[in-house]
Amino acid sequence: MAKILKKDVLSENIVRMDIEAPEIARKRKAGQFVILRIHEKGERIPLTIVDSNPERGVVTIIFQVVGHTTALLSTLSKGDEILDFQGPLGNPTEVEMFGHVVCIGGGVGVGVIYPITKALKERGNRVTSIIGARTKGLLILEQEIAGVSDHLIVMTDDGSYGTPGFVSHALKNLIEGGEKIDRVFAIGPVPMMKAISECTRPYGIKTIVSLNAIMVDGTGMCGACRVSVGGETRFTCVDGPEFDGHEVDFDLLMKRLRMYCREERISYERDQCRCGHGGK
Amino acid sequence: MPEQDPKVRRRNFQEVPLGYDEETARREASRCLQCKKPTCIAGCPVEVNIPKFIRQIVEGDFLGAAATIKETNSLPAVCGRVCPQEDQCEKNCVLGKKGEPVAIGRLERFAADYERASGAMKIPVILPSKGKRVAIIGSGPSGLTIAGDLVKLGYEVTIFEALHKPGGVLIYGIPEFRLPKAIVEAEVEYLKKMGVKIVLNAVIGRWKTIDELLQDGYSAVYIAVGAGAPVFMNIPGENLLGIYSANEYLTRSNLMKAYLFPDFDTPIVTGKRVAVIGGGNVAMDAVRTALRLGAEHAYIIYRRGREEMPARKEEIHHAEEEGVEFFLLTNPLSYEGDENGWVKEMKCIRMVLGEPDASGRRSPIPIPGSEFTLPVDTVVVAIGTQANPVVPSTTPGLETNRWGYIVTKGESGETSRPGIYAGGDIVTGSATVILAMGAGKKAARAIHEFLSR
Repeated sequence: MAKILKKDVLSENIVRMDIEAPEIARKRKAGQFVILRIHEKGERIPLTIVDSNPERGVVTIIFQVVGHTTALLSTLSKGDEILDFQGPLGNPTEVEMFGHVVCIGGGVGVGVIYPITKALKERGNRVTSIIGARTKGLLILEQEIAGVSDHLIVMTDDGSYGTPGFVSHALKNLIEGGEKIDRVFAIGPVPMMKAISECTRPYGIKTIVSLNAIMVDGTGMCGACRVSVGGETRFTCVDGPEFDGHEVDFDLLMKRLRMYCREERISYERDQCRCGHGGK
Repeated sequence: MPEQDPKVRRRNFQEVPLGYDEETARREASRCLQCKKPTCIAGCPVEVNIPKFIRQIVEGDFLGAAATIKETNSLPAVCGRVCPQEDQCEKNCVLGKKGEPVAIGRLERFAADYERASGAMKIPVILPSKGKRVAIIGSGPSGLTIAGDLVKLGYEVTIFEALHKPGGVLIYGIPEFRLPKAIVEAEVEYLKKMGVKIVLNAVIGRWKTIDELLQDGYSAVYIAVGAGAPVFMNIPGENLLGIYSANEYLTRSNLMKAYLFPDFDTPIVTGKRVAVIGGGNVAMDAVRTALRLGAEHAYIIYRRGREEMPARKEEIHHAEEEGVEFFLLTNPLSYEGDENGWVKEMKCIRMVLGEPDASGRRSPIPIPGSEFTLPVDTVVVAIGTQANPVVPSTTPGLETNRWGYIVTKGESGETSRPGIYAGGDIVTGSATVILAMGAGKKAARAIHEFLSR
């Protein structure tokens, strides 16, 4: 059992929670994740650890309501307990002194890029951050990212805030403007990570992406999260979650993420029936 | 033993064999010759006093029979169901030379079930606390066995389990219709009553390392994490949608109860034409699960012949009765997908058995030109498992062999690191529940000796 100590609604459908998990708070490093399960009949879902406070024994998670379990999780409040909270899982981000790094987050991926940005900044890198969302109301963690970046660019698809356009446009402008970039970290929706990887490929800028494959156990036991990287099958949970974006088969990942579309719809419809007021 | 009708059971998850009633059990038990020099015991990896418990069943002392088994076997209800008795105790039974051996496994199951149903599961004598703590990594059959043995000796035992439910392969791997989960839960509860502590969601190597456990004050550690990593064939199309490892397929169904979706949240693809690759017990479990999830056709694809299948005869027979179709001497070559990435067919090739190889098994050789295509919408790859590197790779100085299995000295389970022991599949590679239990028993003795020095 892991107690929810704090809950903030960051945007329309993105929630941040502080969870009491002393061992995980002590051990976790940037880039790692947890797997949680909310109730006895619940499924196991992976969520990135966004931050931690080892002294207080607290880890922070951020999630977007995208399906049955995240919807249910968003209904929990401060003081409630999460039944199972397992971690830290996955390999930590390779945090080195690269020079000038560009950290890119899209949508809820801004939450995932934040701990990596923070770690890279603390390591002494010069950090340019590019964060984006569909619209102003969905943009999260602007202040936090600004606090760990030397330079911040904000993009919205609809132009309601910051610069209009995609995060990949901002990166392209940077590169074409002659900025020397030593490494790019990009986390967000799969099409975004693919676009960023394509953007840096011609320039040979190493680009790290964090993959959000479907998982069950998260310890290398099942292979649900397998992805193709450089033509080889790798498990996101134990070999990742971060991989070289130039090697990842994003099209396969996108397809595999749709494996349970039908079942997700069934769960969603059931949720609506149970609520009786057309969703939550 | 009476069984559920194959036509009915192929669509439900209830247990297949229904178990003996008292009268049948006593009648079967009375067939035992009570040999002066019983050979059956030598066939049992945990040395159950078989003639004694069988005699107790004849006498109607069913609780006594259960107590006799439990002197050396802490999980009789499990072993009575999943042990390959035909290769162990029953193989050695004198009666088997001319006819049917005594059904030792079924009698073991009867005694254990009788005890559980009677609510008389007595807590055995626990020796006074020795004030020493032992950490067990993994709550599968090996970990549960050693935990029971060490707690009885007065050690403070804590099991660390990576998943959210204890039992290891007994929970995530073996399906309900072969081993009801309530039985595993009862065994775990029994251990807890004896004083064993279980910490769930604890991935050792990530959450804490073995060295941190030793620093925390554990005097010895037993690693029983199993051989949990799946093996794929690395053939074209294997990452298409609808293709599972047996580990994933069975974990979804058994641990996560996906067969009860949407009442339970975890989904599973319920194909109409399901091919399971492999010929072992896990393959049989997977293919029979597929039927129960609603498959119209459930195939076993196995590269050797029927005689070479590693699965228990009983499981092959059950699968056959339930309507599983066998493609023997057949090997998959590749998978084809539709426009959305779902597997739609597999290309196979016929095989012939060649000369015996180094292991003595005849190796299958493809027959050129015998390729054919089989339409499928779900595939389960059940060709074995390998060592999961999470524990060995985070424990400096722990010697492993070239396959990643932990190297131990003899049968004691001693590793290259003093105070660290290992047993079960992480030492031997994929084997049986009872062998993992046997390793746990031997390591319990070794750890007791080590801590008594």
